[in-house]
Amino acid sequence: MQLTGAEIVVRCLLEEGVRVVFGYPGGAALYIYDEMHKQEERLTHFLVRHEQGALHAADGYARVTGEVGVALVTSGPGATNAVTGLATAYMDSIPILCISAQVPVPLIGNDAFQEVDTVGITRSCTKHNYLVRDVRDLARVLREAFYIAKSGRPGPVLVDIPKDVSNTLCEYTPPDGDVTIRSYRPTIKGHMRQIRRAVEMLQAAKRPLLYTGGGVVLANASKGLQQLTRTLNLPITNTLMGLGSFPATDGRFIGMLGMHGTYEANMAVSHCDLLVAIGARFDDRVTGKVADFATQAKIIHIDVDPTSISKNVRVDLPIVGDVRAVLEQINALIQEENCAEKQEDILRWWEQIEAWRAKNCLHFTQDDRVIESQYVIQTLCNLTRGQAIISTDVGQHQMWAAQFYEFQYPRHWLTSGGLGTMGYGLPAAIGAQVARPNKPVIVITGDGSIQMNIQELGTCLQYRLPVKIVILNNGFLGMVRQWQEFFYNKRYAQTDLEIAPDFVKLAEAYGALGLRTDRPDEVESILRQGLEHPGTVLMDFRVRREANVYPMVPAGKALNEMLLGELL
Amino acid sequence: MRHIISVLVENEAGVLSRVAGLFSARGFNVESLTVAPVGTGETSRITLVTAGDGPIIEQILKQLNKLVPVIQVTDLSDSPHVGRELLLVKVLTEAGHPERGGRQEVLNIVQIFQARVVDATPGSLIIEVTGSADKLDACLALLEPYGVADMVRTGQVALARGSRK
Ligand SMILES: Cc1cc2nc3c(=O)[nH]c(=O)nc-3n(C[C@H](O)[C@H](O)[C@H](O)COP(=O)(O)OP(=O)(O)OC[C@H]3O[C@@H](n4cnc5c(N)ncnc54)[C@H](O)[C@@H]3O)c2cc1C
Ligand SMILES: Cc1ncc(C[n+]2csc(CCOP(=O)(O)OP(=O)(O)O)c2C)c(N)n1
Repeated sequence: MQLTGAEIVVRCLLEEGVRVVFGYPGGAALYIYDEMHKQEERLTHFLVRHEQGALHAADGYARVTGEVGVALVTSGPGATNAVTGLATAYMDSIPILCISAQVPVPLIGNDAFQEVDTVGITRSCTKHNYLVRDVRDLARVLREAFYIAKSGRPGPVLVDIPKDVSNTLCEYTPPDGDVTIRSYRPTIKGHMRQIRRAVEMLQAAKRPLLYTGGGVVLANASKGLQQLTRTLNLPITNTLMGLGSFPATDGRFIGMLGMHGTYEANMAVSHCDLLVAIGARFDDRVTGKVADFATQAKIIHIDVDPTSISKNVRVDLPIVGDVRAVLEQINALIQEENCAEKQEDILRWWEQIEAWRAKNCLHFTQDDRVIESQYVIQTLCNLTRGQAIISTDVGQHQMWAAQFYEFQYPRHWLTSGGLGTMGYGLPAAIGAQVARPNKPVIVITGDGSIQMNIQELGTCLQYRLPVKIVILNNGFLGMVRQWQEFFYNKRYAQTDLEIAPDFVKLAEAYGALGLRTDRPDEVESILRQGLEHPGTVLMDFRVRREANVYPMVPAGKALNEMLLGELL
Repeated sequence: MRHIISVLVENEAGVLSRVAGLFSARGFNVESLTVAPVGTGETSRITLVTAGDGPIIEQILKQLNKLVPVIQVTDLSDSPHVGRELLLVKVLTEAGHPERGGRQEVLNIVQIFQARVVDATPGSLIIEVTGSADKLDACLALLEPYGVADMVRTGQVALARGSRK
């Protein structure tokens, strides 16, 4: 059967089960857009307001569903606008397919109108990328792109399609069987000898600790993780990316670790004798000073990507494999502890941890004059019973959301951890709401971040997406201000956002509901009103201007050298 | 320590820039890099010479393996191997310029190093030398006083000894 390149694109997307695409059109993408228009009953296109928004929306869609999110952009500026979204997804290992249009093949390299070297620019922020010069390669490339994006350590893949390729006819053959790439074969199962060693080490440890990350979410391995944790009654800490993979309300969860982690989690890391890292990559925000990280512990590291292992911290037992498969292998061998002596060891370890926990390091007080950001998030958590999908931007509000929203399930927490991209929150929430139309989707953001990609309110309104936006408005680029307060003697260089729009009017200008308060006693009622409203809502909470996120491990310090709040 | 790393890749557009980009992006050092198609032309062999301590080399090997079009990565320094490099050097040997030395002396050096003269004019010789990097360095050091006008080296290529693949 003869199909044009554009028809092949749409057909391949449908074959992969894609139902939605986020994108923005332009000259070089017109054939593809025309074809999508013809097939709009089967493939819904969401028109964003900026290509960065398209990528973050595809990213949010992918994080919530576990499927590959798809974005479509035009050549030149369309592609360069997509770069931040690709880099964000790349750092957090999120499966995305980005299709970018390119100038026609004969013009490539000629500084043609709206030409950039897209594969060159995106090489280091994609898992892989392709320029398709011949329409006969197109179907194979698209199938490979999906396979690479979602297998092994997931990540964004870009396929650059020149305009003439999208308009050239070619014989199309449907897929026969699974994609195989001889040079790309991720390891799934853990090596049996290593698994046995891990089980021995787990059962022998006196002060074990699980340190789990985004890999558990990406592998859909929460069940296996919960089984292991409960069988051995283990304490568990999550990275920022791992939140939700273990219910925050379970007593075994001791909070996030790292720079803004809890006292108990960081102390436990510093004192454990066995640290089991599961789908986590020893990021510098987690380890602090590497030489002083978990010095008393033997380390087991389970990760599908060999480059993550022994990159920052030497490990004693590496296990390369998919977290879900490896946890199944471990759980099959692990025994509930019957030996009284061992049970006692664990209990003593728990007593120590409870003593640290009793410090109540996240404590804050809400007076009746100025709203504290923590209070807004805590109230939001209570009202939604920890069941909402939360996306954030980057800054203090992000850390408070991580500390105070008690996530019950994986794939409910969308945040840019690795790249720390301000402007991520609203478009990611759009992707999440498209994927889960009946779930509450809430953006927790700052007055700085929301102004990067605020234009996506237009997208919310166009598609009637009832996204709720909670701005913790402190009038500052708060997180940077905090660093200036601590480490630059309160010299607030360029962090005071003196002029901000009237966010309520701005929301109204787009046709959304805008709400505002600066009174602690109105926080709950405003949140209730916003959550109950059927459409898009923006809530502007005027919070304390100079509040700080605690605990904090200053960059380059050891985890047990964390700063605790003024109140502790 | 220096390592010779042999990388078998799919012979497709952009693969060299992926490998080179990996080294520059991650701050790994490259002393030399050679590449050419091998076999039926579907694959290419890249030979890299790099330096670093154990953990860095381990990361380099893993990161190379992670690139999608990379089929196989071997650290040849781990075991016996044969390494060769080719040098072309143009030496000026003008008649009537005793300070530039005699052609005969240069030709003697050529012999000692089992090199070959591949081009000759009244005023110059181009000499081809193959061997280990050390041998090339030694030969160059001897030729330098005669007036080296230009030269080019390929960088190392290598294969494991014996039947190992
Ligand atoms: C302002 C700010 C402050 C921050 N503070 C903190 C902090 O205090 N604490 C903190 O934890 N983070 C913090 N972060 C986030 C931090 O920068 C990193 O993004 C985060 O720690 C990385 O999480 P992770 O180790 O879970 O790795 P991820 O980036 O989630 O990586 C996942 C790992 O799992 C592996 N993997 C993926 N899929 C699989 C699979 N199927 N099977 C096996 N393995 C798999 C991957 O190879 C990778 O190694 C902060 C970020 C910002 C912006
Ligand atoms: C695109 C981008 N630019 C700059 C930064 C650096 N940065 C990190 S946090 C922050 C302040 C964010 O301010 P706001 O959104 O108001 O949140 P707050 O910290 O006040 O909660 C800045 C500028 C960033 N992370 N991303």
